[in-house]
Amino acid sequence: MSRIEQRFAELREQNRAALIPYVTAGDPEPGATVPLMHALVEAGADLIELGVPFSDPMADGPVIQKACERALRFGTGLRDVLAMVAEFRKQDTTTPVVLMGYLNPVERMGYETFAETAKAAGLDGLLTVDLPPEESEDVVGLLEQSGIDPIFLIAPTTSETRIDHVARAARGFVYYVSLKGVTGSQSLDVSALAERLEGLRCHTGLPLGVGFGIRDAETAAQVARVADAVVVGSAIVRLAEEHDGDGEAFARAAAAVVREMRTAMDAARSPGAAATV
Amino acid sequence: MNKIDWAAFPDARGHFGPYGGRFVSETLMGALDELQQVYEQYIGDPDFLAELDHDLKQFVGRPNPLYHAERLSQELGGAQIYLKREDLNHTGAHKVNNTIGQALLAKKLGKTRIIAETGAGQHGVATATVAARLGLECVIYMGEEDTRRQSQNVYRMRLLGAEVVGVKSGTRTLKDALNEAMRDWVTNVDDTFYIIGTVAGPHPYPAMVRDFQSVIGREAREQHLAMTGKLPDTLVACVGGGSNAIGLFHPFLGDESVEMIGVEAGGDGVETGRHSAPLCAGQPGVLHGNRTYLMEDENGQIIGTHSVSAGLDYPGVGPEHAWLKDIGRVNYVSVTDDQALAGFHRMTRTEGIIPALETSHAIAHVLDLAPQMRPDQSIIINLSGRGDKDLNTVAEREGITL
Repeated sequence: MSRIEQRFAELREQNRAALIPYVTAGDPEPGATVPLMHALVEAGADLIELGVPFSDPMADGPVIQKACERALRFGTGLRDVLAMVAEFRKQDTTTPVVLMGYLNPVERMGYETFAETAKAAGLDGLLTVDLPPEESEDVVGLLEQSGIDPIFLIAPTTSETRIDHVARAARGFVYYVSLKGVTGSQSLDVSALAERLEGLRCHTGLPLGVGFGIRDAETAAQVARVADAVVVGSAIVRLAEEHDGDGEAFARAAAAVVREMRTAMDAARSPGAAATV
Repeated sequence: MNKIDWAAFPDARGHFGPYGGRFVSETLMGALDELQQVYEQYIGDPDFLAELDHDLKQFVGRPNPLYHAERLSQELGGAQIYLKREDLNHTGAHKVNNTIGQALLAKKLGKTRIIAETGAGQHGVATATVAARLGLECVIYMGEEDTRRQSQNVYRMRLLGAEVVGVKSGTRTLKDALNEAMRDWVTNVDDTFYIIGTVAGPHPYPAMVRDFQSVIGREAREQHLAMTGKLPDTLVACVGGGSNAIGLFHPFLGDESVEMIGVEAGGDGVETGRHSAPLCAGQPGVLHGNRTYLMEDENGQIIGTHSVSAGLDYPGVGPEHAWLKDIGRVNYVSVTDDQALAGFHRMTRTEGIIPALETSHAIAHVLDLAPQMRPDQSIIINLSGRGDKDLNTVAEREGITL
C-alpha cells in the first residue's frame, strides 16, 4: 500500500477529511521549506503539497505567482525541491508528499531521471497542472514503476466522457478544481460542489480532494463535510508575503491557520455536527 | 526526403511529430474540444469560407500585391526579389487575416467577449478592430514593457474600444501577456473566446491560425506563377511565434524545389545569450500549451529574451516550425538587431516601403542571400507589416528625439 493510500485509509477509519496544505518550495528562502513542512504536519496536515517554482505559472493567481518569483530569486529548481523532500523524509516517514507544478521543469530534468531521483527522495505523487491524461502516457508509466502516483485534476468544465478518462489515469486521489479560475480565486459554491462530488463518485473510487478557493476555516469545514480532502494553498502562501522574508514567522502563522482549519474540519465531521451544508 | 502528406499534419490530437499537442489545465480542455469541433466543421463549410473571403476582400483589402522590388534586386545584383505586401492590409500587418477568421468562429460559438495577448501591438490592434466591427467586448493583455515601447498601438486599441491591460508579472513582455490571457480565459471560459495571435498554443490553435494565414502563400504562389511562369526559388520570412512565416510557407511545402528560410531575432547576437532565437539556440520543452523549442535554463525555467522588435521578443515558437526544422524542410537562421536595422533602412531608402522591425529581420537576411543567387532566380520576402509603429524605437536607437 502506498503512503497516500495508507493515509486515506486511516482517515476514512477515523471519519476525518484530509487537510492538505500547499506551500511553494523555496519561499521565502530555500532553508525555510523543510522546517515549514514539519510545522505543518505538527499543526495537523495529513499530506503536504509542495509547489515546484516555475517562471510562468499560468494556472496560478497573483499570490502563488509571487511565491514562485520569491523562490526563483534563489534559483530553487526541481533538483533542489527533491532534495528538500529527501531531507523531510529523514524525520517523517509517514506523511505523503506530492509535488505540484508545471511540466517543463520535469521535462527538462528528463522523466526517467526524475522518477529515479523522486523515488530515492521518498516522493509520493506528482501533479503537473498542464499535463492532461491525453499527453501523459509516457510519464505515467515511468512514475508508476517508481511507485509515484500521478495525480490528475477534474474541473467544473470536465465532460462525463473525460471524467472517465481522467479517473482511469489517476492514482492516489483525484483533485477536483472547485471553480473556473486560477488558484486563490474567490467565492466557492459549496452546495454545487457537493452535488458535483456526488456525481464524481459514480466514476471513481479514489478519494476526492478539493482545491482552489478555500480561504478560511469555515470554508474548509464546509468542504470537509462533502470531500475526502481539502487543499489549501493561497490562504497559506499569502502569509509568506505578509511576513516578508521571515521564514520562521511564516511557519508559525501557517501552522496557526492549519491548526484552525484542522479543528473546524474535525468538528464538521464529528457525530454531533449538522449533516447538511 | 520521403513524400510527406503535409495536409495530414497535425494529427488528430494536434501533434507535429513530437511537437504541438495540448498541455493546458483541465478547466480549458472542454473549451478546446469545442473550438476544435467548430473549427473543423466550418473550415470545410462553403458558406463560412465565402463569408471569410468576402471579409478578406472587402474589409482587409485582399488580395494584396506581390511586388517586384526591381531597384533592390538590381542593387544587390543577384536573385529577383518579390515582396508579399501584407503591410498593405487593413491595420498594417498580416495579423488581421487570422483575427477575421477567429472572430467569425467566436460568433458561431455565441461568445460575447474576446481576449487576446499582444507583443508589438499589431495582433492587439487587429483583434480590437474585428471586435469593434462585430460589436464584441474586447480585452487585450500586453506586457507593461511593451505598452511603453508601443504606446501608439495602445492608444489605437483604446480608440477601437478595447480595454488594454498592462501585465506586470514576470518579464513584462509577450510571454507574460500570454500567461495573463490564459488566466483570464480559464476564469471566463463560458462567454469568452481567446484569439491567439500566432501559430502556437494548445491544439487546435497552431493548425487553425496556420489555415487562416495560409491565404498569404496561396496568393503569393498564384501571383508568382502568373508573373514569371514558374515557382520562386526561395521564401524568406521572419519568425517570432511564426504565423506570417507559416502562412507563406505552408502552401509551398509540397513544392520540393522551393527552399524556405525562417529568420529569428538574434538580438545582440546568439552567442551573447541576449536574443529570441529558440530554433537556432534553444531546446524542446513545454510552454503555453504546446511542446516546442524554447529558451530555458538548466532547471527548465523560461529565460528572458531580447529583441529590438517587440513582436519577436518571445521565448517559444510555433510547434510546426519546430517540426519543419527537425525534418529539414525549412532552414532557420538568425540576424541581429543591428542587421535588422540595416535592413529596415535599406528597404525604406531603396523601395520607398517602411517595413516593421520584425519584417526587417527577413529583409536583412535577403541582403546577404540575394547576391549569392543568379538573376534568373527569385526570392519572395513576406513583407509582414509596416513600420509606422516602430518609428519611435528606430529614432531612439539613433539618438533622435521626435
